[in-house]
Amino acid sequence: MDAVLSQYIDPYFLRIILIIGINIILALGLNLITGVTGQLSMGHAGFMSLGAYTSAILTMNYGVAFPTALLGGSLVAALFGFFIGLPTLRLQGDYLAMVTIGFAEIIRVFFLNFEPGGKAVGLSGIPQETTFLTVWGLVAVAVFLNARLLSSRTGRAFYAIREDEIAAESCGVNTTRLKVTAFVLGSFLGGLGGGLYAHYMFYIDPQVFNFTKSIELLNMVVLGGMGSIPGTILGAVLLTILPELLRVVAEYRLMFYGALLVILMIFRPNGLLGDVRIYDLKKRWGLGKNK
Amino acid sequence: MPILELKGISQEFGGLRALDSIDMAIETGEIFGIIGPNGAGKTTLFNIITGIYEPTQGEVIFNGGNINRLPAYQVARQGIARTYQNIRLFKKLSVLDNIRVGRYGVTKNGIFSGMLGLPLARREESQTMAEAMRLLELVGLYDRRWEYADSLAYGEQRRLEIARALALNPTLLLLDEPAAGMNSSEKVELVSLIRRIREEMELTILLVEHDMNLVMNICDRIAVLDYGRRIALDTPIRVKNDAAVIQSYLGVEA
Amino acid sequence: MFWQQLLNGITLGSSYALIALGYTMVYGIVQLINFAHGEIYMFGAFAGLFLVTVVGLPIGWALLGAMAFCMLLGVVVERVAYRPLRGKSSRLSALISAIGVSIFLSTLMVIIAGTNPRNYPDIIKISNYQLGAVQFSSLQIIILIISAILMIGLELMVRRSRIGKAMRACSQDIEAAALMGINVNRVISFTFAVGSALAAAGGVMVAIYYNALWPYMGTMAGMKAFCAAVLGGIGSIPGAMVGGISLGIMEIMGVAYLSSSYKDAIAFAILILVLIIRPQGLLGQKIVKKV
Repeated sequence: MDAVLSQYIDPYFLRIILIIGINIILALGLNLITGVTGQLSMGHAGFMSLGAYTSAILTMNYGVAFPTALLGGSLVAALFGFFIGLPTLRLQGDYLAMVTIGFAEIIRVFFLNFEPGGKAVGLSGIPQETTFLTVWGLVAVAVFLNARLLSSRTGRAFYAIREDEIAAESCGVNTTRLKVTAFVLGSFLGGLGGGLYAHYMFYIDPQVFNFTKSIELLNMVVLGGMGSIPGTILGAVLLTILPELLRVVAEYRLMFYGALLVILMIFRPNGLLGDVRIYDLKKRWGLGKNK
Repeated sequence: MPILELKGISQEFGGLRALDSIDMAIETGEIFGIIGPNGAGKTTLFNIITGIYEPTQGEVIFNGGNINRLPAYQVARQGIARTYQNIRLFKKLSVLDNIRVGRYGVTKNGIFSGMLGLPLARREESQTMAEAMRLLELVGLYDRRWEYADSLAYGEQRRLEIARALALNPTLLLLDEPAAGMNSSEKVELVSLIRRIREEMELTILLVEHDMNLVMNICDRIAVLDYGRRIALDTPIRVKNDAAVIQSYLGVEA
Repeated sequence: MFWQQLLNGITLGSSYALIALGYTMVYGIVQLINFAHGEIYMFGAFAGLFLVTVVGLPIGWALLGAMAFCMLLGVVVERVAYRPLRGKSSRLSALISAIGVSIFLSTLMVIIAGTNPRNYPDIIKISNYQLGAVQFSSLQIIILIISAILMIGLELMVRRSRIGKAMRACSQDIEAAALMGINVNRVISFTFAVGSALAAAGGVMVAIYYNALWPYMGTMAGMKAFCAAVLGGIGSIPGAMVGGISLGIMEIMGVAYLSSSYKDAIAFAILILVLIIRPQGLLGQKIVKKV
């Protein structure tokens, strides 16, 4: 399919569309943790690297089939998500943010010293298994399941935790358990995105998954709209395309990211699409007519 | 058998005694008021009952079982719902969703069930929706169900919080200063709402309130706290005439 | 060997302590992790360099000048990026805004100075001394003395002066302090100013000691200093000093006796351990949950 597509679409654009898809999956995972449940995670690149390295090593060194390797990478990331989620049982928001940064740093330093991962040089020659169809097929599944989840009992409880933990507890929500759950689900998607990335790029090294990458992902969620699926998608699309357009002024790109965060927080803390939720829109329009 | 019993409850915060061996028993079906000056320990008592604090000493017995060590969410699932003195709504959730979150403790479907839309999730969702609609009607917020909770007026927010608590199908409802900040017509509405709730839903209500008229008006019995001690527990009329109460509390206002 | 490492650890730790003080004071009053604090430290180092090389000031005056400049920078950052959010936004928004400032400032410096490390010219005559097996330089002694003077001065100011009392009042209960007629905004500005000045001093001294400064030096140092603040007990001024010096010692010892490849992970591992085992830190107090 990719061969067919590349006849009609410029490979450069095809590449960008693919990266957009991968970023949507990564950002949806982070949105679940930070946007929906309100647990600031600034180490999403850490989960991404776990998925990337695990799946790449599985396909390269053990001849594991790509889908299985992808799943394996996601599961390893989810497992770490569980352990990172655990401290949230005791920690207030800001401390948690530091722990997530610390975690991602530790992971990065680990891979810098990890023999099978090629240490600082990284891994190259990863089979290019990620296709247009895999990415966008998985995007569709992720969006669908995410939307379903967020309009379910558990999803509402996630939002409730973000809004007021004590009130959520008095509604019978086991907040500690659900916070860990959000971390597990979010990091699973992080690992999935990492695996797709590794098998598209041929090449990964620890620097790809640094603090800047985590912030870039956070920006997507914040720009689009915390807790909103359409918002997260919009954020991922904009922040994948924008840097390409700003390529000429690459130096200023990060500065722009930084300023963007401040300006957004001051003028539009809920992001571009605020808290628009697919489910709400549907119901609102449906019932609005009867009134 | 009383629905809730407090036996010798004491609470200390860093050497400061906020509650001093409080005893009281709430009978099933009554409206029980707790009054007392600021800092008397009323909200602390609520926090102990709902599992936010574990008491330094004493026992909380609910339906015959000790709930001292249960975490807050477990207490809620046992059937104790509450509102808060300073209103704790889920501000950026719709009015409807606030109530639906309130149903969390009485529903069961998990992540996968919800994600995949399994029968259990569907059934519970439709029950939750029906119950939410009923409660929206009860508190008169049906037309505003899609709005953010924080866009409601103050009195409406108080009513929404009560509706959210009721969504838990509680047998015991704790109201922490439900009339605070309300004007007199809102208070009248509140009184009739509380009465209606008790009759229609057959539950026991425990309330903390500053407004004397309101308390005297709707409560079957009243306990008076002063500096963490219970100085009286009786019917409104008798409490009103109790010498200790008049001296320590009512005397100030009368 | 051990005593030598201990001395090196204390020297490194005193710079962490100087930065950690800024985190802890700000956190104590407005409960915000000032992510831009590491960048203020970096700006301090560069301001000192500018004053020495371009303006041609002697190093002592350059140090004071850098401190004054960063005072101003700290106050401006607070005014522009934090004050508009205070009171009306969630803590998450404030934190994200702080991250934005941090990214903005570090990339701004990249644009001004480029990414290559620079260093101070040889302005201080460094002589080395030998005491038993321990070798130490005059520079180390100067750093330790200046750090001690600054920390004692800070402690005296917070304990004795009027504004220090106001600071302590605000950290107890900011609303009550406002009701008592304390100009809370002024206290907060002052806190940012003092914290930033200390960070600037740390920046200049570290840049001279390690003979290098670069735009991203603040990111890692800032995060580690935050770890130090948490280790000592966030909100506690003596805690920041103890935490900073302990972290410096542990890092140097870790490198000396374990492995240098995991140096940057040590601080975060300590952070995570502290937060899990003793979240209030070494000298902090337990916080009772308010309902």
